[in-house]
Amino acid sequence: MDKDTAIEINNISKQYFVGHVKSTGSYQTMRDVMTDALKSPYRRVRDMMTGQAQSAANLTDSIWALQDVNFSVKKGEVIGIIGHNGAGKSTLLKILSRITDPTMGEIAYRGRLGALLEVGTGFHPELTGRENIFLNGAILGMKRSEIIAKFDEIIAFAGVEKFVDTPVKHFSSGMYVRLAFAVAAHLEPEVLIVDEVLSVGDADFQKRSLGKMQDVAGSGRTVLFVSHNMAAVNQLCTRSILLKQGQVIADGDTSDVVLQYLSGEASDKAIIDLSNRTDRRGNGKLRYAEVSILNSHGQATQEFFSGSELNIQLRYCNTPELVSTDVALAVRIDDMYGRPMFTMDTKFTSTTIKLLDVEGTVKCKIPELQLLAGTYSLHLWAGAADGREVYDSITRTIEFTVYPANVYKSGRFPDNKHGVMYVIHQWEVE
Amino acid sequence: MAENVNPVELAEDINPKEITENTEITYIRPRKGWIGIDWQELWHFRELFVTLTVRDIQVRYKQTIIGAAWAIIQPLLTMVVFSLFFGGLAQVPTDDGLPYPIFSYAALVPWQFFSSGLTFAANSIVTNSNMIKKIYFPRLIIPVTAILSRLIDFGLAFAVLLILMPIFGILPTIKILVLPLLLLLVIVTTLGLGLWLAALNVQFRDIRYVIPFLVQILMFISPVVYSTTLVQNDLLRALYSLNPMVGVIDGFRWALLGTETLSLTSLGIGTIIASLLLVSGLWYFKRMEKTFADVV
Repeated sequence: MDKDTAIEINNISKQYFVGHVKSTGSYQTMRDVMTDALKSPYRRVRDMMTGQAQSAANLTDSIWALQDVNFSVKKGEVIGIIGHNGAGKSTLLKILSRITDPTMGEIAYRGRLGALLEVGTGFHPELTGRENIFLNGAILGMKRSEIIAKFDEIIAFAGVEKFVDTPVKHFSSGMYVRLAFAVAAHLEPEVLIVDEVLSVGDADFQKRSLGKMQDVAGSGRTVLFVSHNMAAVNQLCTRSILLKQGQVIADGDTSDVVLQYLSGEASDKAIIDLSNRTDRRGNGKLRYAEVSILNSHGQATQEFFSGSELNIQLRYCNTPELVSTDVALAVRIDDMYGRPMFTMDTKFTSTTIKLLDVEGTVKCKIPELQLLAGTYSLHLWAGAADGREVYDSITRTIEFTVYPANVYKSGRFPDNKHGVMYVIHQWEVE
Repeated sequence: MAENVNPVELAEDINPKEITENTEITYIRPRKGWIGIDWQELWHFRELFVTLTVRDIQVRYKQTIIGAAWAIIQPLLTMVVFSLFFGGLAQVPTDDGLPYPIFSYAALVPWQFFSSGLTFAANSIVTNSNMIKKIYFPRLIIPVTAILSRLIDFGLAFAVLLILMPIFGILPTIKILVLPLLLLLVIVTTLGLGLWLAALNVQFRDIRYVIPFLVQILMFISPVVYSTTLVQNDLLRALYSLNPMVGVIDGFRWALLGTETLSLTSLGIGTIIASLLLVSGLWYFKRMEKTFADVV
């Protein structure tokens, strides 16, 4: 192992057997094993002793939570691990923190490794704040002398000075998580693993937590940071690793990897079947059957950046009497409160949509999506070309999220506190 | 790294001694087959060991009115009930005609340590599942601290025994010095059985319902309410001695009350069985340990 390397992960794989979880809940009953034991006594007893899966059929019900994961982390590097739920992030952290064994592969790390997998683990409700600080510190691997040295700092950070001698069961939930985070954040190993701990407390406390994490990141320690909060990952980590279905699919600069995470993932909610929606208006001569939103590469996704291309694809069915007539179609984009942002209506642009068959597909392309960060939804409308008849009108059909981006090429990202849209404009001194 | 750091900061923030100490490399690999006990690691986690024992003691009598007095009242009340029914109504004979209350209490002190330690240890891994799933530490700490935290109760109940003895006209002799060895034997027995049950309980929650029965049955095959001399048949006596608690309880009565029923053979058999229980319990526990976080 290289002298500058803090962690080296070689061909790590982890297999879980899920067979018996489905049939009997999370653990087995003795009855299952005993009835099995009557069938083939020797093997069952041997399996029970070795903790193997209990029947051959179950062996096929296995999943690989991690497959052949390889990467190394240099000393002092702050690295982000991202991926959707079930991508294997938590499994990787559990193996790193030695909670569970890998099925194959090897990990080597230098120095002491501390993990903040969930704040407040081991807190006992009957014990006082003071007693819990010592208990939790010891569980996290701190020495008693270390805890004593940092005691005042911990209670000050948590803001619970007045309640150190109160049992934590009387704490408000906010005080509880603040104290738990404060203990964990004062852990000082050479390698620190942080999993989604920044989501606790109110906005003010989250800000302080992020600040604390930035201090840790800047102190020369090696940090592995797992989060769904892309803004935090962007702020803290220089390098990131993207996991998908247990495999590393990207490893590099955080900004590139985050982009790939946000835009590259096909989402099944980016294609919505509308045929079962009953909350619609109109006489039904034309019905929208399916709506999907696609990025510039034609992939269905729900995640876009300000200024990127967005394509709306609409599939519809209509009655034979409408064939070869002109119709008007419209798509309105609403914000998360249902306020209309803008509408794309064929009547506005005098576009003619002539129906050729009883079903068809149309596409509406937005070359530059001038929305700022937020969640938006599509409202679909269809009617006669003269506007006298409404065929279909359906609200909140599909949702998508817009993330801030470098739209003015200035390195400054406008976001939702600046409004809901950005416009192309020029400043001039007269 | 070091050349980029401001020397003043370096002096303040980083203890150079610590850096040289903590560069050893740890390897994580799949573990297979027999896993030995990592004594060095257990020593490294000694503070957690102490902290968890203290926690178990601290929370045991939280939110009770009489608190630790329960540790005394439980064996005392049991003694009273046993004396009324077994000693009074059933006229169960005691060794050397000892008064029934002191005869049963001398057995109840080690017995209650065993029964509560076993119950607590057997449920310990499941009770602490949330720690097991989130943090790494040697899992062995959990059942061991569960049993050791019961020593406080044992000490209190034992203190009462020392007060009761003169009341019944019995004074401790030099034989009392053997007690630490007998206590060690109870601990070994409790831990051996406790490790088996704790590890089995992770996978089979049936164990939770088995424990109360097991404890009750074990009490009837131990000389708690009656004297070992009731077991006359040689074959039965040999089988009876397989229960390590027989030697323990007879030993307690011999060391404290001066009874003559203690048989060295049965104490020897009990010690061998207890040691086998501990070694096999450690083997099974270590074997299953790596699956705890995934299964519990």
